[in-house]
Parts: sequence; structure tokens; C-alpha cells
Amino acid sequence: MTTIEPAPAPASAPAVDRSEEVRRLQRIDGWKRRLPILPALLFTIVVTQIPFLFTLFYSLTDWRIDKPDPRQFIGFENYSGLVDDKFFRQAAWVSVQMTVMAVLFSLIVGTALALLLDRKFFGQGFVRTLLITPFLVMPVVAGFLWKSQMFNATFGVINWFIELFGAEPIEFATRYPLWSVVVVLVWQWSPFMMLIVLAGLQGQDASVLEAARVDGATSVGIFRQITFPQLRPYLELGTLLGAIYLVQVYDHIEVITGGSPDSKNLPFYIAQRSIGGGNVFGLASAYSIIVVIASIILANIGLRVLSGLLEGDD
Amino acid sequence: MPVSSLLDRFRGEPTEPILGQNRAASIGLGLLTWFIGLLFFFPLFWMVLNGFKDEIDANSSPKLFFEPTLDRFSEVTEDTQGVLSFKEAFGNSFWIVLISTVLVMLLAVPAAYALAIRPMRKWRDVLFFFISTKFLPIVGAILPIWIIARNITFDITFPLTGWVWDVDIKLLNTRTILIILYTAMNLPLAVWMLRSFFAEVPKELIEASQIDGCSLLGQIRQVILPIVAPGLAATALLCVIFAWNEFFLAVQLNPVEGSTIPVWVASQESGRGNFLAKISAASVLATFPVVLCGWVAQKRMIRGLAMGAIK
Repeated sequence: MTTIEPAPAPASAPAVDRSEEVRRLQRIDGWKRRLPILPALLFTIVVTQIPFLFTLFYSLTDWRIDKPDPRQFIGFENYSGLVDDKFFRQAAWVSVQMTVMAVLFSLIVGTALALLLDRKFFGQGFVRTLLITPFLVMPVVAGFLWKSQMFNATFGVINWFIELFGAEPIEFATRYPLWSVVVVLVWQWSPFMMLIVLAGLQGQDASVLEAARVDGATSVGIFRQITFPQLRPYLELGTLLGAIYLVQVYDHIEVITGGSPDSKNLPFYIAQRSIGGGNVFGLASAYSIIVVIASIILANIGLRVLSGLLEGDD
Repeated sequence: MPVSSLLDRFRGEPTEPILGQNRAASIGLGLLTWFIGLLFFFPLFWMVLNGFKDEIDANSSPKLFFEPTLDRFSEVTEDTQGVLSFKEAFGNSFWIVLISTVLVMLLAVPAAYALAIRPMRKWRDVLFFFISTKFLPIVGAILPIWIIARNITFDITFPLTGWVWDVDIKLLNTRTILIILYTAMNLPLAVWMLRSFFAEVPKELIEASQIDGCSLLGQIRQVILPIVAPGLAATALLCVIFAWNEFFLAVQLNPVEGSTIPVWVASQESGRGNFLAKISAASVLATFPVVLCGWVAQKRMIRGLAMGAIK
């Protein structure tokens, strides 16, 4: 080794150049890799993030759209009034209940349906088709259908059924507005959860199940120790996607109850107070910001779940 | 693992039964599944029946047997001056859904490529950003969108030349605003699903095609597309469903011109007279196209969600 002399100083100059060249190429490569995503990224930022900044600005003003007065900057006044607004608190509570119940029940019903469907029986494909259909139906239609043809006290099928047993008919949509909306949401979203769980079940390794069975494992044991751990990420994904969509429910409420106080969630309340005729844009913007902050907190929890899903996937 | 065997795992065929080992239990569970399936479908069956009834039959205590008529269907599809017609709403919905879905795919496919095939640095953070925009409730953005969409007017004065360009874009009450918003609404989900489909393409296959001197276009057409095609279809279908069924934005931003099918259905509810049969007929027409697509593509969608979601 001693026979090799240290490289003379001038020879190191090209080495520096080379590393610069490498860095330059890496930069070009980096941009080449980034280029395809830029249109989607820019589009998303412009359409979703910039309006949000406007909302933030509006929320600090006393702006009403129905009055010609120039809007004035009033700082956090809109926010300080929120705590006393009992309608806001009620809408927030409805939002929480509606989302949690709808997600939870759809998940339970969807998992049960997937387990039932993941077996060989006559007409399996046909029954699956029947079960998927509610998810494909337009929310407005689902709402009308349940309200006027199922829940209705005089023409509704459910009440006809109840009356067979001699009970008094109930106008469900007005007596139990929150539950009425939740029932329709679960009817529509259980099929979606079922699809996700079914995908998880069918991704199972049949040979592992076979081996467990040969070893004398019971059905319950197989479910608890093999199937459920396998299903967990799918259940988490279902919860996440369900929550994203169900927290923003508007159509069902509009159609089924028309936004009665017991079934009005925050998105509905905000729309009502602003573009729906309330016209207090400044105040409604402050409501929106609160919803967004709460969502970001929830989203952070959700994203942890997601990063768990992506773990080890490179 | 060869791709074909990977795909085989998602044929949509049942795995070994978890429930019901013995024969009697198996038949019982099969019947139970049938019963629940019919129960879930019943409200829709009932709606279709009501669509073929007279208003008198529909607005009475539920009856299964009646004289079917197509009158309600011709009633809801006929054109009346000054009222949103079915033809018009269907046309609006068709173009809005088609263009926004094409736009979503045009934006999401390259994005998924950059997230999965030749991943950029920090691709995870970027993916999280896309998904996080879905967490932002639409109410957080609806007011400024409404304001901006109502009327955009500003002047651009070009430096040196002194030319003034009056920009005056009216987006509210046009189809454009819905196309833009539906694209934004579906883009995160599409990017999320497509990334996972693209991640299924074996790296070796891409490298091999590069060594063979395949151009980027050839690589995409001959190697990547055949593998991700079912995923593309499932993703596009989900976008179509969500866009076709969307009501809130359509009714808030677009009440006059360019109204879509959900707005048309809602408009069938009239203050006077009975409308139950009429609205049922309208509902059947409104839901049929999407339900049909869903039925045809259901297996693909299960497979799509399986691979798209977790892998």
C-alpha cells in the first residue's frame, strides 16, 4: 500500500467537478421525478388551499353579504361569540354523534355481511350484487326513498309493518330525526365497508387457513387469531374513509329532515347561516375555521393510522 | 412473485368458509345471507314499484299489486317551458361527470407514477398532503368558492406596453365550476388508489423494459398499463359514482344553468298535489346509469379496493 503515492493536488480538481456534476444530475433527476406530480399538486393547492385562506380572512371580519356596508376587521370577535352560541354547540354535538354512530354501525354491519358473503352458497354473486346496490344510489334519492316510502306514517312500509302488530304508526323522520338519518347512512355505507372487508378476507392465504384447520383450530379461533389480525388494516381503512365522507353529510339531512335542530350537523348549520340565507359570512367563516381545526386534529389521528398502513411499503 | 399469481389472489372467489362448518349451519347461513340481501334491496325494489304506480296507488297504504303504468316516466321526462327538464339535466350531468373524471385521471395517473414507479423524494409526505385535503370539510372553502365563482373581475395591466386586459369570468351557474370542484373532490382518492395499483408493477419488469431500450411511452403502454388497467377502471368508476351523485355543491353553486341530475330529482318534489310516484319514477331514471356501472364492475371494484387500499 505504501507504494501508492497520495494523489497530487491538481488531480483532485476533476473529482470536485465530478461531484458537482453528480449533484447537478441528481437535481435534474429529482425534478424529472417530481414533474409528473406537479399538475395534480398545483391544482389541489389552488382549488382547496387558497379558498381556505380566504375563509380565514373572512372570519376576522363582520361581513354580511346582504348589507352594502364595507366589511370591517373585527379581530377574533366572531370566535369569542362561538362559545355562547347554543345552536353551534348543538350542531357540533349532532356532528359527533352522527359520524360516530354511522361509521361504527356501518363497520359492524359491513363486516358481518362480508363474513356471510365469503362462503360458497347458491346465488352468491347475485346476493352480493343486491347488497352492493345501496352504496351506488344517489344520496338525494336514498333520502326521499326512506323518508316518503319507508318512514312515512301513512304510506310508509315500516309503519305498515308496525301496524300489523297493532302498534301506533310513528312519523320517524320527525320523532327520531337523528336516528332516521343514521339508518339511511348505515344502509348506504355498510355495502362500502363490506366491499373493503371482503377484499381483506379474499386476500387471505387459503393454505394458512387450511393448515390451521388441519391442526384442529376452531372457526372462532381461526377468526380471532388469523382472520382478524389480517382484517385490521382493512377495518382501519374503512373507518378512515367512512369518517372522511360521513362527517360532511349534507344531502341526507336536507332531504330527510330538512335540517331540524336535532339532526343538523355543522356543515349543514354553516351552509344555512351563510349561502343558505343567513348571510352572516364573517361569522359562518369563523364556524368553518373551527370545523377545519377540529378536523385537522382528527386527521392527525387518521394519518397516524394511514402511516401504519404504509409501513414497510417502499 | 409473478404478477399473475398475485392477481389470482383477488379473483373475487370466496376463501375457505370461516362460518358454518357443518352442512345444516351452512345452508342456514346461506338462507340468512339471502334474506339480508333481499332486505337491503327491498327499499329500492319498492321505489321501482312505486315508479310504475298511479299517484293514488302510491299514496295509500302500501300495496304490492296494482295496474302498472308508464305514465309517471313520461310525465317526468316531458319538457316544460321554464322548468329543468330531464334531458337537460342528464346532459349536464353526463358532461360534467365525464370531463371531471377524465381530468382526475389525467392528473392522477402521472402523480401515481411519480409516487410509485419512479418515486420522488418524500413521496409519503406528498401522498399525505393529498389525503389531508379530503379532511378539510368543504364548508371551510365553500364561501370563498361561492364568492369567487360568482364573479371574477380584475384588470391585468401589462408592463411597458400598457395594455389592459379585463378579466371577467362568471363561473357560478356554469358547468365549469362543478367540473373544477368535482375534479378536486375526487383527485385525492384517485391518487391514493392509483398509487397502490402502480406499486403493484414489479420493478424488475420496468428495469427489463428499460434494458431492452423501451421508450417511456412504450414502457407505459406495454408494461404498466396492462397491469394497472383494472385499477384504473375501478378508480374511474368510483369517481363517476361520487360525481354523479353529488348534490350539495350542485345545488349551492349551480341552481340555474347547468343543473345536474340530483338537482332535477329534488325539483320533482312539489308543494301541491301528490308526487310520490312521480319522484319514484324520477329516482329510477336518476340512479339507473350509475347502479348499472356498479353492477358490471363490482368484482373489479373489490379487487381494486383490496390492492388499492392496502398494498
